[in-house]
Amino acid sequence: MKKIALTFVAVLVLIGAVIVYDTTETSEIGYPGVGMQTTDSVSNLEEKIAYNEIPIAIPMPPAAGAKAGEIYKNVQVLGHLPAAQFSRLMVSITAWVAPKQGCVYCHNINNLASDEKYQKVVSRRMLQMTQHINEDWQSHVEQTGVTCYTCHRGNNVPEYIWFDTPPEPNRMVGGGMATQNRASENTGSSSLPGNPFSTFLVNDDHNIRVQSAGQIFPSNRNRSSIKQTEWTYGLMMHFSNSLGINCTGCHNSRSWNDWSQSPERRATAWQGIRMVRDLNSHWLIPLQPIYPEYRLGVMGDAPKVNCMTCHQGAYKPLLGQSMLKDFPSLSRAYAPSAELELELEVEPEPMPTKASTDEEG
Amino acid sequence: MAQYQNIFTQIQVEGTPDVPPPINPDFRIKRTSMSRLIGFLGNPQVGPFYLGYTGLVSIVCFFIAFEIIGLNMWASVDWSLSEFIRQLPWLALEPPPPSGGLSLPSLNEGGWWLIAGFFLTASIILWWIRTYRRARALGMGTHVAWAFASAIWLYLVLGFIRPILMGSWGEAVPFGIFPHLDWTAALSIRYGNLFYNPFHCLSIVFLYGSTLLFAMHGATVLALSHLGGEREISQVVDRGTAAERGALFWRWTMGFNATFESIHRWAWWFAVLTTLTGGIGIVLTGTAVDNWYQWAVEHDFAPSYEDTYEVVPDPLLDPSNSDLPGMRGESTAPYEPTRYIPEPEAAPAPAEAAPAEAAPSEQADDKPARAPTEATPSETP
Repeated sequence: MKKIALTFVAVLVLIGAVIVYDTTETSEIGYPGVGMQTTDSVSNLEEKIAYNEIPIAIPMPPAAGAKAGEIYKNVQVLGHLPAAQFSRLMVSITAWVAPKQGCVYCHNINNLASDEKYQKVVSRRMLQMTQHINEDWQSHVEQTGVTCYTCHRGNNVPEYIWFDTPPEPNRMVGGGMATQNRASENTGSSSLPGNPFSTFLVNDDHNIRVQSAGQIFPSNRNRSSIKQTEWTYGLMMHFSNSLGINCTGCHNSRSWNDWSQSPERRATAWQGIRMVRDLNSHWLIPLQPIYPEYRLGVMGDAPKVNCMTCHQGAYKPLLGQSMLKDFPSLSRAYAPSAELELELEVEPEPMPTKASTDEEG
Repeated sequence: MAQYQNIFTQIQVEGTPDVPPPINPDFRIKRTSMSRLIGFLGNPQVGPFYLGYTGLVSIVCFFIAFEIIGLNMWASVDWSLSEFIRQLPWLALEPPPPSGGLSLPSLNEGGWWLIAGFFLTASIILWWIRTYRRARALGMGTHVAWAFASAIWLYLVLGFIRPILMGSWGEAVPFGIFPHLDWTAALSIRYGNLFYNPFHCLSIVFLYGSTLLFAMHGATVLALSHLGGEREISQVVDRGTAAERGALFWRWTMGFNATFESIHRWAWWFAVLTTLTGGIGIVLTGTAVDNWYQWAVEHDFAPSYEDTYEVVPDPLLDPSNSDLPGMRGESTAPYEPTRYIPEPEAAPAPAEAAPAEAAPSEQADDKPARAPTEATPSETP
């Protein structure tokens, strides 16, 4: 009997040791002992680091020679770049976005200036959008900035985009439940409203805040319902999913609404919500008529972005590595330096990237 | 003498059915049987089962509610059997939207929820009447009925009393496995963290206390069974060595012991107070207190941590954020994208409104009054 008991205890200890060995990595991000932590498993972290490796940048050619706008026709956004730098960017973009198809994904190879392919019109717009983000949304992306690769990662269309959800033809229950009470990957396999994006990430028609701050007693000033809270909760689950952090990444969960107890990251996320609304309503939705039908959602709507589009499970996209510093022309403020007016003789080599080895085109 | 050393009952007494107690035997249906399997867990004698009209109507009402909930769930996956099975834990029958208040909604807008709730409540209350009347018929006390009533109180608070006080059926709990759990979390989030609700605290104390008492009592009686400890009631008035040893064990280990009688009162009150205090906590939530955390801080119930972070100001109150493109100010000053010259035939109007709002605004039809306050600014300045 004693032997059995001892064996049992030994097995338990062994199992415990194995569990602890592939252990979780917890970092304290707040006042000690209040549970403000981010937690990740070590194997998960290793996967994340491998996934977020950034492609090696082609060396920057000097800002010399004729401007791209002078050599090529119909260069509307990047015409101010020296032609060599312009070519470098084009080659890089090819590796980031269309590593399989190459230049022909966007260009008519016989007439590179032609806008006949929708892809070219969209990518021009996306270039402007990238510049806009890096310039006007530093409140969210800071100096790290974004490039095409942040979202595309070697895919023609970023892997994580969203569309409006069609209302379901329900025979008994109301249509209002269309996206709720389903196993939803968007909201961490909960039964919360599965598409909080159409509601919260296009415009600010719906209040995300539901708690009463600084007020104990109920009043008509805050009539948010529990159902409405579920929508906010669903959106927050998406944040958590996308950034690979839990609630305490941005909130002290004892009092969600209290900014004075929140990490600074919460303010960054707040700016991010506005950024995503701006991108969706001013940049992505207006492109709808340009897309062919197979790029649209079931509701005929344009593909749109949410937190997952860039973050892809990392608390900072690409774990905070800046690719923008190697591609400064993706910020609108960039003007090529006049000091390096040298003749360019070497054609930039095609860039080896992680993206180009991805199986998915 | 055989001993109890197993969680299963090892000795099963089988023979002629129990002699009926000295009451009118018409109350009991005479059919009984013996089950060896059930005997492993309890008395091997099955039946007589008393149905009666309260029991019958209760079962019918429960079946109606069960069917309404199940068929609604099935309808919500468009009558696909595989989806119904796969998604069952996520499916729900939702209460009406808050916008409807306490009015009677159409069937597919929560009407089915009201009907299901009515039949489920009728079923539960009829079952309560049954427990009360059967206890009386046997000349028992009605302790079981009142303990059940305490659970019914919490059920009624959640689905009936509180929604009426709040003026909206939408405040009630959905029928569904995960959905009612998500609802619970959402309730806590909306009302500033239910853990700071003192009645919630009490309820947790009694809930965990119940399990502790159950473990202590069950363990004590099992440990004394070879001394006749399971003859608890006779030991109440005629203390034998089992009762004496059990009492001494607890006095040795914690200085105090409940008696063979009072332990049952401890257990009964702990169980009853779990749902009684829980119901009080819920009925006050949203009706008397809107933010339990604030309440707790102002009543020195929650500690505050100083200097947790460098204080982040609410960005909404920062005037420099008011003209962000994602903010409401945009409609007066349309945002101009830079240097974009679209093809004439495919010209998208950049400032045009997004074509995607219609559906969501129906979904989130429970939009609150958006009156801004200093404390809780709505996102519309």
